[in-house]
Amino acid sequence: MPHEVDQSFLALPLRALADAALARARALGAAHADFRFERVRSAAWRLRDAKPAGSSDTTDLGYAVRVVHGGTWGFASGVDLTMDAAAKVAGQAVAMAKLSAQVIKAAGSDERVELADEPVHAEKTWISSYDIDPFSVPDEEKSGLLADWSSRLLAADGVNHVDASLLTVHENKFYADTAGTVTTQQRVRLHPQLTAVAVDESSGEFDSMRTIAPPVGRGWEYLMGTGWDWESELGRIPELLAEKMRAPSVEAGVYDLVVDPSNLWLTIHESIGHATELDRALGYEAAYAGTSFATFDQLGKLRYGSELMNVTGDRTAEHGLATIGYDDEGVAGQSWDLVKDGTLVGYQLDRRIAKLTGFERSNGCAYADSPGHVPVQRMANVSLQPDPAGMSTEDLIGSVDRGIYVVGDRSWSIDMQRYNFQFTGQRFFRIENGRITGQLRDVAYQATTTDFWGSMAAVGGPGTYVLGGAFNCGKAQPGQVAAVSHGCPSALFKGVNILNTTQEAGR
Amino acid sequence: MSARTNKPHEVVERALELSRADGCVVIADEQSTANLRWAGNALTTNGVTRGRTLTVIATVDGRAGTASGVVSRAAVTADELEPLVRAAEAAARGAGPAEDAQPLVTGVAESPDFTDAPAETSSAVFADFAPALGESFARARAGGRELYGFANHELVSSYLGTSTGLRLRHDQPNGTLELNAKSPDRKRSAWAGRSTRDFKDVDPASLDAELAVRLGWAERRVELPAGRYETLLPPTAVADLLIYQMWSAAARDAAEGRTVFSKPGGGTRLGEKLTELPLTLRSDPNEPGLESAPFVLTHSSGDTASVFDNGLPLAATDWVREGELAHLSTTRHSAGLTGLPVAPTIDNLILDGGADRSLEEMVASTERGLLLTCLWYIREVDPATLLLTGLTRDGVYLVENGQVTGEVNNFRFNESPVDLLGRAVEAGRTEKTLPREWSDWFTRAAMPALRIPDFNMSSVSQGV
Repeated sequence: MPHEVDQSFLALPLRALADAALARARALGAAHADFRFERVRSAAWRLRDAKPAGSSDTTDLGYAVRVVHGGTWGFASGVDLTMDAAAKVAGQAVAMAKLSAQVIKAAGSDERVELADEPVHAEKTWISSYDIDPFSVPDEEKSGLLADWSSRLLAADGVNHVDASLLTVHENKFYADTAGTVTTQQRVRLHPQLTAVAVDESSGEFDSMRTIAPPVGRGWEYLMGTGWDWESELGRIPELLAEKMRAPSVEAGVYDLVVDPSNLWLTIHESIGHATELDRALGYEAAYAGTSFATFDQLGKLRYGSELMNVTGDRTAEHGLATIGYDDEGVAGQSWDLVKDGTLVGYQLDRRIAKLTGFERSNGCAYADSPGHVPVQRMANVSLQPDPAGMSTEDLIGSVDRGIYVVGDRSWSIDMQRYNFQFTGQRFFRIENGRITGQLRDVAYQATTTDFWGSMAAVGGPGTYVLGGAFNCGKAQPGQVAAVSHGCPSALFKGVNILNTTQEAGR
Repeated sequence: MSARTNKPHEVVERALELSRADGCVVIADEQSTANLRWAGNALTTNGVTRGRTLTVIATVDGRAGTASGVVSRAAVTADELEPLVRAAEAAARGAGPAEDAQPLVTGVAESPDFTDAPAETSSAVFADFAPALGESFARARAGGRELYGFANHELVSSYLGTSTGLRLRHDQPNGTLELNAKSPDRKRSAWAGRSTRDFKDVDPASLDAELAVRLGWAERRVELPAGRYETLLPPTAVADLLIYQMWSAAARDAAEGRTVFSKPGGGTRLGEKLTELPLTLRSDPNEPGLESAPFVLTHSSGDTASVFDNGLPLAATDWVREGELAHLSTTRHSAGLTGLPVAPTIDNLILDGGADRSLEEMVASTERGLLLTCLWYIREVDPATLLLTGLTRDGVYLVENGQVTGEVNNFRFNESPVDLLGRAVEAGRTEKTLPREWSDWFTRAAMPALRIPDFNMSSVSQGV
């Protein structure tokens, strides 16, 4: 269903504030200035055992001015919706650039900020793909649906508690710069999640089973069954949880893994998505999120994984959480290769990093999560491509003699250069002679990124492909969060190290 | 509100006047920040920001109970005030009875500065620091070091008013400095962090000098395999682990049997000895240098917070007293459910009761062990044991015969803070520290170093 940009957003003094800010920045000598007005409405509902346990409905609204002045960045933001205030914020941005210049001078540096060229996109509007704006749905309906689903789970044998949550976001963004690009955009996204908990009071053991439905760039229709079969998933959870409670603890060792897209998206996010951010590889995140083993000198050379590995960066995927028309530097959304036939061939870029490293154009990866934050180089939808002739998940499992089928994400951690990682999951199924023979508990897999992707022995077909993702990717200082999707098929990895987490805990 | 309209306390009063709900809580937050970020001895980004958010919590009584609706909006204008109040009331009517419903708090004396203008920060907070930082860049470049880092200062003035007559205000300054030094080939890395209220007590030159020493330690490289090692955890690492423990200490979850603090057979582990060392883990809103809001100030309900408790005075609380689990966090509602005392979370954390030895003195008495700098990417692996995984970062040093003799490769660890407290054989002098992993959310901590005889380094990390 086609939508229009919210009239209440368009009614704000977007252009007047932009004109005032950009004119002031120009008058103060800025070589470049951009103005961004954002309204981000985020609402969350939590239910505990089918009862309301907290809700919030937060609207962030304001604007930001970023300048390049004297070869340095300056950034400021404000909330007062007057032209005088916007001009003042532009002046503060220039003042920050001048403060930076003082530091740079004291340091004896000659570094200057320059931006890669981008065609001017004048008067463009872009709206993400969704049917029903979740904010048009009455709150009673939302909490009622979550309560109904929770009650159904609670009624099942062996389910002691149910936690339910729903996050919804409606994001409007207006951008204008001194080159003449003016864009207005609107995005919608949501993330429902239910977790069933079983407690064996006598032994003190407990465990949980969570839905694996991913967060999506869709509307309320997602909870009505468009894009996910909720009936099927909710129906299976009590049985899966009961089986998990009875499951044997895994024997630590080396196994072949069939990794479901519901788990593999997160491994992609951590070991490929962040590792191919060029700002990281160059050291701009070094003190915080870290750098990357995929350094710039290895572009076109680094053997990232097996020849079956083809990974794209994509700002255009329908329903993707990082899908946009134009980024926060006025760059149009694009799709490109990051890893081709197992070799590193691309990076994620913003305009400054593109210029610095000799790329002709940014691929549109600048994003700020709020009007109070500066755009930083941010992850596109980074996705592993399926094998057009690839197997089904069942056939991948059928090809394994002794292994584990990993479903759903849970715990994740990776080092600051993206080498060493450890992941857990929601469901681990033992594979014996090509057949699933029950669940296992206490499983974590641990590997080095290139070893892991080098061990990928088969990639599933298009029928196994799922667009997973997260709302809460953290990066930068001050910290920012972004939503991002990762598509992938099921895939087979040979000889992966499996830990027993109770043994790791010294039990 | 725009500059032409009302002051924060007046906005609070006006919103309360507009309320038609049975109860109403209004929080006006005025936020200002200033930050500098740098990489490779050069500034990368910077910023000054102003933010203004108004949160209205409406409570509506019904036959089945009291419901709450929480709506927050930034940059509310005078015309938008009434729609915001109505939106909160509509949200309450649509939410159904809130499980955590309690009578709104009463009887707390008004803050004397409730009607004062909000506190503000600006780039002026860096007036002395910024030039000193630039000089540090020059000194580092000359010394063969690259500096990376971030300096952030934030001031939030919160005004809380309720329909039951509370008028409270809290100003929270929050400053952090993180400095990371690397060798130009980036094969050696060292880190230091500080929390500060005003940047008057941080000196980038002395921190750079401290890091230069550490980079010097790293000139001798020792490769060690995964395994269990005697390990000295510095205060920042102890803080990061115990903050996670604190976040996992909800009384209701424990009573329901689903945390590390649940007792097999039912109930909680309150009263259980967690460590033989005489350690006390505590929070106190009036802790000198670590002051935080002295009353509950929450914008949404959760497992350890309730919007109905807004304004409730906070008192010093021992979570672990002399080694024994003394309190789990509760709201008034979860205290009633569990039969435990009311113990809301407080925005600082202190571990004390150790010996008076400095980390340097603990190194000097180490025959062979590892000295960590900090931990990173800490995530929960198993809630039953509170097993956490994460990595060492920016310097793991080999200590032999009381001396640092080289730098060791990084490791991934798998450990539970609860188990670590039980296995710690020595705690040093408590000092103010910046928790590195959680500094986006939690900055006010004071911790000792801990000696762990058998810290589980699960695998080697190639990352530097």
